[in-house]
Amino acid sequence: MVSPSPTWIELAAALCIGLSGAPGYLWRRTRAGGQGTATALNLIGAAVGFAGLAVHARTGDTGVLLLGTLPIGRLAFAQDGLSALFLIPILLVSALGSLYGASYWREREHRESGRRLRLAWGIMTASMMAVVLARDAIVFLVAWELMAIAGFFLICTEEERLEVRQASWIYLVATHAGTLCLIGCFALLGSAEGSSALWPSLRSEASGWLPTAVFALGIAGFGLKAGLMPLHVWLPGAHANAPSHVSAFLSGVLLKMGIYGVVRVCGLLPHPPLWWGGALLVVGAVSGVLGIALAVAQQDMKRLLAYSSIENIGIIAIGIGLASMGRSLGRADLVVLGLGGALLHVLNHGLFKPLLFLAAGSVLHATGTRRISSLGGLARTMPYTFVLFTFGAVAICGLPPMNGFASELLLYLGLLRVAAVGPVDPQSIWTSLAAPALAIMGALALAAFVKITGIAFGGAPRSPAAAQAHDPDRGMLAPMVALALACLVLGLLPGVATPLLHAAILAWDPALGPTAPPLGELAPLGWVSVAGVSLIAGVALVAVLFARRRPRHASVLTWDCGYVSPTPRMQYVDVSFSELLVGLFDWAVRSRRSPPDLVALFPPRSGFRSEVPDAVLDRIALPLLGAADRGLSRLRVLQRGPVHTYVLYVALAVVSVLLVAR
Amino acid sequence: MKDVVTLLVHVALFTTAPPLMLGVINKTKAWFAGRRGPPLLQLYYDLARLFRKEMVFSRTTTWVFRAGPVVATSAALLAGSLMPFGAFDAPIQFTGDLVLFAYLMALGRFFTTAAALDTGSAFEGMGAAREVSFACLAEAALFMSFVVLVRFSGSLSLTPMLHAPITAPLHGLAGAAIFLVAVALFVVLLAENARIPVDDPSTHLELTMIHEVMVLDHSGPLFGLILYGAALKLFLLSALLLHLVLPVGLDAPLLDWLLFLAGIGAIGVGIGVVESIMARLRLRYVPSLLIASAILCVFAFFLTLA
Repeated sequence: MVSPSPTWIELAAALCIGLSGAPGYLWRRTRAGGQGTATALNLIGAAVGFAGLAVHARTGDTGVLLLGTLPIGRLAFAQDGLSALFLIPILLVSALGSLYGASYWREREHRESGRRLRLAWGIMTASMMAVVLARDAIVFLVAWELMAIAGFFLICTEEERLEVRQASWIYLVATHAGTLCLIGCFALLGSAEGSSALWPSLRSEASGWLPTAVFALGIAGFGLKAGLMPLHVWLPGAHANAPSHVSAFLSGVLLKMGIYGVVRVCGLLPHPPLWWGGALLVVGAVSGVLGIALAVAQQDMKRLLAYSSIENIGIIAIGIGLASMGRSLGRADLVVLGLGGALLHVLNHGLFKPLLFLAAGSVLHATGTRRISSLGGLARTMPYTFVLFTFGAVAICGLPPMNGFASELLLYLGLLRVAAVGPVDPQSIWTSLAAPALAIMGALALAAFVKITGIAFGGAPRSPAAAQAHDPDRGMLAPMVALALACLVLGLLPGVATPLLHAAILAWDPALGPTAPPLGELAPLGWVSVAGVSLIAGVALVAVLFARRRPRHASVLTWDCGYVSPTPRMQYVDVSFSELLVGLFDWAVRSRRSPPDLVALFPPRSGFRSEVPDAVLDRIALPLLGAADRGLSRLRVLQRGPVHTYVLYVALAVVSVLLVAR
Repeated sequence: MKDVVTLLVHVALFTTAPPLMLGVINKTKAWFAGRRGPPLLQLYYDLARLFRKEMVFSRTTTWVFRAGPVVATSAALLAGSLMPFGAFDAPIQFTGDLVLFAYLMALGRFFTTAAALDTGSAFEGMGAAREVSFACLAEAALFMSFVVLVRFSGSLSLTPMLHAPITAPLHGLAGAAIFLVAVALFVVLLAENARIPVDDPSTHLELTMIHEVMVLDHSGPLFGLILYGAALKLFLLSALLLHLVLPVGLDAPLLDWLLFLAGIGAIGVGIGVVESIMARLRLRYVPSLLIASAILCVFAFFLTLA
């Protein structure tokens, strides 16, 4: 029996998911049912997509599927190891997110915006699948742009709120700036190769500046989508203001499309110059440390999660940079550990970050606030959400026994191997200094997530809303449970991802071929399983031996050094919790603080206020854009409004093009 | 057979000896102050008493409050199986176990601080905030020292990495690098275990405490677990440091074990001396101390490149 090509199956799945929101527009606005259809189609599409992945795992790459030719470019698709790996988070988070959305963004509460959200959700998923499957620059760019615009509609779901409109506007500007870079990047690639086929392998002897220009434009364009610092400007606002399942989708998957592009661009040259990987590694380390330092300072739960995404993208970039350096140096071990760690972290972050955003969404749903300082005590009022959030928090800090540990371990091994193996190479030995940077990121991430776990969920409620919060219904809990279990399973058995990673590494660097050292030999993934299982067993044993005893007396007040009537307002809040770290990183975070004035001997009522503007957006990008706006306003004379002037412009443009191209 | 004996001694020492080290520290401090001090075995008596007691829970606490001591102690116990003691190999060793070692400590910190915040007490919040903040710098210094040791030994596993100084020639630059790393690790040891000059374990002012204030609400067996876990952590980091200050293997098991115990005792005395002759640093100077120790390791790294 001939099994159908996996690429066909994926395209069918993309079609099914892409149209999932459309039936909602067939009914009248007041009729229910669009939501159920959309969720069902999404789930069916995801199942088909996973079937396609299973077929691909069995058959291997089946070559390029050519569906036809366009005036420019060809409708070419293919699936290789790298595409397959990125399809997993797309399909999984899209399906689970739409399931969550069915309860979170209920049809009967959000008639109009719900319809639009579901349509854009399906289109975004389908276009992402097309992005990773496309093997032609034109198809890629069309899918990329479709994805970006669908993302815009998802972010501005609650368009009636000013901050939502601002955030989605910044997103639109950023994404178009990125697309502009990508058009330049692909134009140069096409001119060098003479065709628009992706992803070509440039000849090393290609003229000097061209690969550099392609690399720089590609990193700028894809880095804007991924949120590498300082190109992250759109990210925090968009993630904070979108509905929570959309935030989960953006963070878990959309950013990874940028990473997909970065991986592909780094793979264009068989022997890239060493500085490509070095630059990426430095950018990754800076993104990671500053991203998580900014996260620690945030007072809004979802903004904190957004900044932590910047950190995770930085961690992934460190891995890609290391792999690229390995390729330049001819070190297969660095390629395998660097790219393996980066791609495993792509999978991992696609599991725990959606989990955290969905849990934060449940809190927002139950309390109506994202401010950590108005919450508290949710561990009692929302026990299931709390357990699920803790799973995600432990995972994102890279702690055993959850899945974040395995990917960070691979990266540590890669970075330390630079120092451990071989003679001193002055050009690359500094790379191992990224290991302490990774350690700082881990410790800062711990501070950031203990802050949410301890202050939003621990202690006593700081507002009536927090006191009356309750766990969400099963429709919202089920996707979170699925993600949390996936985090635990992948943490206990990281070895299951090895075949996928190996296929992706070979797709990225075909020159490795059969000589590639298997990931399982370089990294002790079996020991990670042993450690995880024995840790869980040890905790269970110690708990049974020592912590099971029931208290004989009724619970009492927290012992606050003898103070007998503490109020919830006297608890430590998030701002004070992060005060020390914000002080340490103030050169980057630049918080604005207004301390209380204590003037007289008996100072009157006063207050303390602290806010953390985004270092790049609020201090550099917006002032620059404002200045550009003032400077360029003279050009407004060209834009008068009447249609015939514009037709004249078009005619003039055509004439000048004809004159130039004659 | 020899391996089994080593394993048994390793497990027996690690589970029973750590509280003794605190006794040594306290005896040293008492001797400096001209007091007789508590008996050497005082912590054992305390643990026996606490494990018999009942527990009292605050109204605001949840399961995390219980999980704090349980997870921290289990993680430290597991980390103990990765650390080689003296000239002997660790029971478990694999490539990259040093990362697992550091991350197990971090797992303990996650749950200890989350448990502290679970009580809703402002004092415990202060302690938790300080713990996570200083840990960022201590972690950087620890990993920087790992980079140097990895470079020095060419190995990514704790046992061969820490045994490298026994055979390597330590005169010249290599010895200087090891010396700098040892100084840095001593600072990390003091900071991670909440000793003077970073934290004062015997202060009576909650406002200035770090570790002690995080556990104010714990009682009975849970508090016993906290004391025991802290002793384990102190013992582990001392064993790590000992490899650098006493890189000796005599190839005679009995002598080697005695040498190891004497070395750990000497580090205990050293901590006691530091605590007796120094005052606690003001909180805002603690980061400088930790950053300086990380930078010492950077210098050591340069030395290993020569």
